[in-house]
Amino acid sequence: MKKIFSRPESMSKKPFHYCPGCDHGVVHRLIAEVIDELEIKNRTIGVAPVGCSVFAYDYFDVDFNQAPHGRAPAVATGIKRVRPDSIVFTYQGDGDLAAIGTAEIIHAANRGENITAVFINNAIYGMTGGQMAPTSLIGMKTQTSPYGRDAATAGHPIHMSEMIATLESPVYVTRVTVNNPANLMKTKKALLNAFTLQKEGKGFSFVEVVSTCPTNWGKKPTDAHKWLTENMLPVFKLGTFKDTQGVEKS
Amino acid sequence: MAEKVLMKGNEAIGEAAVLAGCRYYFGYPITPQSELPAYLSKRLPEVDGVFVQAESEVAAINMVYGAGSAGARVMTSSSSPGISLKQEGISYIAGAEIPCMLVNVVRGGPGLGNIAPAQSDYWQATRGGGHGDYRTLVLAPNSVQEMADMTVAGFEFADRFRNPVLLLSDGVLGQMMEPVTLPDPVDYDVNSKKWALGYNGKEKSERNLCSSIFLDVDELEEHNWHLYQKYQVMTDLFSTGEYKDFAVEEHLCDDAEIILVGYGIISRILKTVVEKCRKRGIKAGLVRPKVLWPYPAQVFERLAKTANQFLVVEMSCGQMVEDVKLSVNGKKPVYFFGRTGGTIPSDFEILNEVDKLVRPD
Repeated sequence: MKKIFSRPESMSKKPFHYCPGCDHGVVHRLIAEVIDELEIKNRTIGVAPVGCSVFAYDYFDVDFNQAPHGRAPAVATGIKRVRPDSIVFTYQGDGDLAAIGTAEIIHAANRGENITAVFINNAIYGMTGGQMAPTSLIGMKTQTSPYGRDAATAGHPIHMSEMIATLESPVYVTRVTVNNPANLMKTKKALLNAFTLQKEGKGFSFVEVVSTCPTNWGKKPTDAHKWLTENMLPVFKLGTFKDTQGVEKS
Repeated sequence: MAEKVLMKGNEAIGEAAVLAGCRYYFGYPITPQSELPAYLSKRLPEVDGVFVQAESEVAAINMVYGAGSAGARVMTSSSSPGISLKQEGISYIAGAEIPCMLVNVVRGGPGLGNIAPAQSDYWQATRGGGHGDYRTLVLAPNSVQEMADMTVAGFEFADRFRNPVLLLSDGVLGQMMEPVTLPDPVDYDVNSKKWALGYNGKEKSERNLCSSIFLDVDELEEHNWHLYQKYQVMTDLFSTGEYKDFAVEEHLCDDAEIILVGYGIISRILKTVVEKCRKRGIKAGLVRPKVLWPYPAQVFERLAKTANQFLVVEMSCGQMVEDVKLSVNGKKPVYFFGRTGGTIPSDFEILNEVDKLVRPD
């Protein structure tokens, strides 16, 4: 019998701790597939954030650093400068990357660090129990916005991809999602583009994945992608905001 | 022997770091340590090293965390308010047991304070500063020569103990120029640490992880006791072991009735005071801790048997004096004299204090 589907080599055998319907596991797997396909497993170094994916290092069979909250791009900078031949990626959520770590991601991008930043945007703080994030939608009820996010006092959802795309240095900035098989394949392609650009020494790449958090959204796993499609995608529009090397055309 | 060169203290740290094999520096501008990053921004590219001016002290210390994780000899420097910002990262680095060299050219605080020299970061330096059960090895030079020598020693200690090492300097030492004999260069291999990320000698099945998270309470307790054991080993080595002479300088203590105690720039003023005391018939001696953690308590335990009293002098409202009191343990009186806010006490002022203690009438 021919084996046509198996665990990527770059994934460990540890079962995910993620909730049913959460997209972390899906994105982890896509990253591992890309690492396998590019044959860079033995020289890839990941940087895990603080948040639900704090244990990302448990799921990838590659070297890892576990960074302080928001600081993954700074830690990755240090690693990559010492080991320029390694492939360094960060993996952060919206509280980590778009709130406490805003300075670190913007400046790593602006320095054009030759790293790949994966940004999981699910519009909420997951691990701490569902607080309002910088990417929470207007009117969205969370543990710390019980009356709904009010733009007058809490501002508007931050569009990180659009912000980063305004910088000169980044080579690839894209927003994708995994809400259906077609988009999942596009996400895989985006990650492949980003890691390939790094492998070729082209510079900073940023992949934002609009993702689910059924637990803290108060949704059934089966309803989460529907909610994402109807509510998040109109605000966080999918697309590529910067592609200086034209990888998507080739 | 190498020839002597005239250097500023801050620059001597930079050159000594390069000679110690440090090729990575990450920092953020702040007075009065600017000569150090300025020096390294010019020097490191000459030796294929990396200088990055980070967006903040917070980012800089995390770049150090990354570079240290990847096996490099790496350094950052700052001054008091900037070191406060770095404490989060230092705690992670201590927890993950990543070697690195930190420099604090102390200025007046609290808050923005001023840019004048001070010793008011002693507690922050020796009590951790960041959160959690951890310790930082703290070295306190009192000359440009020692700033160079202790930088080299610091990198060695950091690697040996897999621990952050802090060079605690101040605005005077950082800015002043003195002749210095530079140490011999060290050939450091970035692939010498088997635990480092990207270490190239690994078996295919191995992977390395640099982390300070131990979610399971039993695991964290085990990790914390492991760190504690390491700190005990360090304490033994610096009190009775191979580094005991490195840790402290004693001057004319054997017959001393009054022991003056001070570190860093103060110790040089105290040496003058001791000499003046002796000329006036006062049997004074000097203890200068060169390592502030682990503290050289054993010296005070011994001298408490022979001396009558201790006078601790600091450029603060009194921080190290607590360690002297702990070490003397009530056996003899311990007095304090300090100037703060960036003021340096004169030998005359200190002599006056000695007079009051020795001749109370």
